[in-house]
Amino acid sequence: MVNMIIDGKDVSAKKDTMLLEAIRGAGIAVPTLCAHESISRSGACRLCVVEIKKGNRTRIVTSCLYGVEDGLIVNTQSPRVQNVRRLVMELLLARCPESDVLRKMAREMGVEPQARYAADQDKGKCILCRSCVRVCEEVVGVSAIGLFSRGSYKEVGTPYHEKSDVCIGCGACVYVCPTGHIEMLSTGDKRKIWGRTFKMQTCDKCGKHFAPVDQLKFISKKTGVPFKNLTTCTECR
Amino acid sequence: MNENSDIQAHEILDNLTLFYGPKKKFVAICAGTGCRASGSLKVKEALEAELKKQNMNDVDVLATGCLGFCEKGPMVVIHPDKYFYQHVKVEDVPEIVSKTVANGEVISRLVYRHPETKKTLYREDDLPFYKKQHRIVFGQNGMLDPSKIEAYFNINGYQALAKALSEMTPDQVISEVKKAGLRGRGGGGFHAAVKWEGVRRAHGDPKYVIANGDEGDPGAYMDRSLMEGNPHSVIEGMIIGAYAVGSNQGYIYVRNEYPLAVEHLTIAIAAARENGLLGKNILGTDFSFDIHINKGAGAFVCGESSALFASIEGRAGEPRAKYVHAVEKGLYDKPTVLNNVETWANVPLIINKGADWYASIGTEGSKGTKIFSLVGKINNTGLIEVPMGTTLYEIIYDMGGGIPNGRKFKAVQTGGPSGGCIPESLLDIPVDFDKLYEVGSMMGSGGMIVMDDTSCMVDVARYFLEFLKEESCGKCVPCREGIRRMSDILEDICAGRGKEGDIELLETMGAAIADGSLCALGGSAPNPVLSTIRYFREEYETHIKEHRCPAGVCKALITYSIDAEKCTGCGVCVKVCATQAITGEKKKAHVIDKDKCTRCGACIQSCKFDAINVK
Repeated sequence: MVNMIIDGKDVSAKKDTMLLEAIRGAGIAVPTLCAHESISRSGACRLCVVEIKKGNRTRIVTSCLYGVEDGLIVNTQSPRVQNVRRLVMELLLARCPESDVLRKMAREMGVEPQARYAADQDKGKCILCRSCVRVCEEVVGVSAIGLFSRGSYKEVGTPYHEKSDVCIGCGACVYVCPTGHIEMLSTGDKRKIWGRTFKMQTCDKCGKHFAPVDQLKFISKKTGVPFKNLTTCTECR
Repeated sequence: MNENSDIQAHEILDNLTLFYGPKKKFVAICAGTGCRASGSLKVKEALEAELKKQNMNDVDVLATGCLGFCEKGPMVVIHPDKYFYQHVKVEDVPEIVSKTVANGEVISRLVYRHPETKKTLYREDDLPFYKKQHRIVFGQNGMLDPSKIEAYFNINGYQALAKALSEMTPDQVISEVKKAGLRGRGGGGFHAAVKWEGVRRAHGDPKYVIANGDEGDPGAYMDRSLMEGNPHSVIEGMIIGAYAVGSNQGYIYVRNEYPLAVEHLTIAIAAARENGLLGKNILGTDFSFDIHINKGAGAFVCGESSALFASIEGRAGEPRAKYVHAVEKGLYDKPTVLNNVETWANVPLIINKGADWYASIGTEGSKGTKIFSLVGKINNTGLIEVPMGTTLYEIIYDMGGGIPNGRKFKAVQTGGPSGGCIPESLLDIPVDFDKLYEVGSMMGSGGMIVMDDTSCMVDVARYFLEFLKEESCGKCVPCREGIRRMSDILEDICAGRGKEGDIELLETMGAAIADGSLCALGGSAPNPVLSTIRYFREEYETHIKEHRCPAGVCKALITYSIDAEKCTGCGVCVKVCATQAITGEKKKAHVIDKDKCTRCGACIQSCKFDAINVK
């Protein structure tokens, strides 16, 4: 175990955990947008920053990536921390003015939109947290989407914005997206995502369109389970 | 250290060196990228042909790397007297050979004339540009043809390596570098020996040694000049470093926009391998090490260590949080020493001449010398190498020759795009890592951009933020979105759309971006804005409150008019004006139609009577 002082409280945490978990474990709320339990962390959103003190030196660190250390003094609400969080929220509100998730979060943090920033019209709700890219690579294992361009031109999408051959239409990206940016439309036996239309498998028992055929084929190929054994939905299994 | 190797390594090297004897007389012609652009290779060919024609076969022509005084290129230095000729053309060659090379006679039209005293100065060392420099690293450029390893042998090349391998243990090498106080020349100023020690102690195999040659600062080219002009010094430094930390594999990460550097490094690595200085069993010892060149695709952010590793690994050049240091988990998550090109080039000197000698140069906290590229509104554009602690004044006025056209100095930007602008009142500060940081700038890799009173500081900040906006990798929010918004606000201020409160907002944003960004690019990106606000706040206020650009730069805030008393009605400006905004009768004062004028400045350039006013 590792002992630290967080916001004046003595907190002990398991070795090899991250500060974010230790802080939340102590009942202190830390806002995050890009830390998701099922994927590796990138430190992109910068909302989880905290101020740490080691010896005489204080600095701002990303709590989702900073491992716990014995004797660390952590301040999750210092003026510097609040300045960074306020800036990040203001910037994201200006980037994605349509996002309800961001608006609600900002309200809770007491952050108003910064009038000096002209709101973007072309970014949708995407904050470039890259959760979708990571889940597609790390969990699904197909890397159908990626990040391209640099700086403020950066975008998420399929290569060259063309229909992806490897996408299986699973919708994991939709599931992890914190702001609801990625559009997935399922109607009848069709699902539309990333510009491609997928045929949905009908459940042998209840007749529900429960998963894209391509996804079941992919699972069959990966696991060796024959395709015909996968054509029943999870509820009927 | 290898047993029985103490004599062997030196012997092998001596045999290599003896093989090539230097010629006493030689003509060095600068063949760095700058001088090549102004035709130095043609002069070189002409020199060779002329020497042959005049049967002077005992004289060598060395196409050297950059000699530093780029303003005067192409330049030729005739040894052993070191006569310095500037702006040399092919037509000058026969005379140079028959008079100077053959008889030591000086051609006065080619020599340097002191701009103030008008005295002619013949020898390289007499020129004010060179006189105050201390060129321990960069000075070797003038003595060798970088494409020939034998030239490097002739100036004691690879002696430091032989010494390290045969007389020193790896720990002794590290402690020598530590005692010398060598700090990283790439920007951070981190102690090199501390990194080396970390990697030596770190668990993990293999260990990597990397030279960072991703010099991306606008106007900075000292690393390029070392890679082009003395590649073996970098390679030798790396081999010594690799021996010290226990690494067998090295990389040089160099921008692909530096084709000559890539070429010379490639030649040098091949020659070092051929001579048993790279590869297996270096100089007969059991130490093996090799270097691979990795060409960068031109992203500024790839100079940042973790982004550089990602780039070598074949991934997008994006930094990651560095809470586990590169000395433990660097390239491929293995212990890695990453030092800048110039840092590596210092290593052989320290081993050859000793830590005490090295530490005697420089200031308390910053040892040795530093190469700076001096560009912008300065008379002597070029590269200079000075001891740490030299004042900005000495650099700009003594070596740099002051500001052209009798204009007034306004500021100098040090440390590249994310450095800060230092005003005239601080010109007396000694330049070292700590002092520059104290005044809100940084050493960076050593770029210095000099500005005069025709430079608008808001426009300067706008320019650098525009650059950084383009170069941000886009991974984290404060850098990607924050720099863009700062840049928008600066754009507004320069266009007369600045608002009350903008300065304060920029300050708040700057502090939060510096604190909140993932890597040093975002961490230092607000510097140009914060430092110009700190020292030139009134200039921002004039833009915002009075909609005026005092320096006459921001087009939306200035108007051009003709001074009727000075105007002679010559009509030259009428001819150059692209929008036909100037009218007037011959020999009578002309006028500018403000609505048609695009404030391009062509009329100012063309007017011989200084009759065009900008307000």
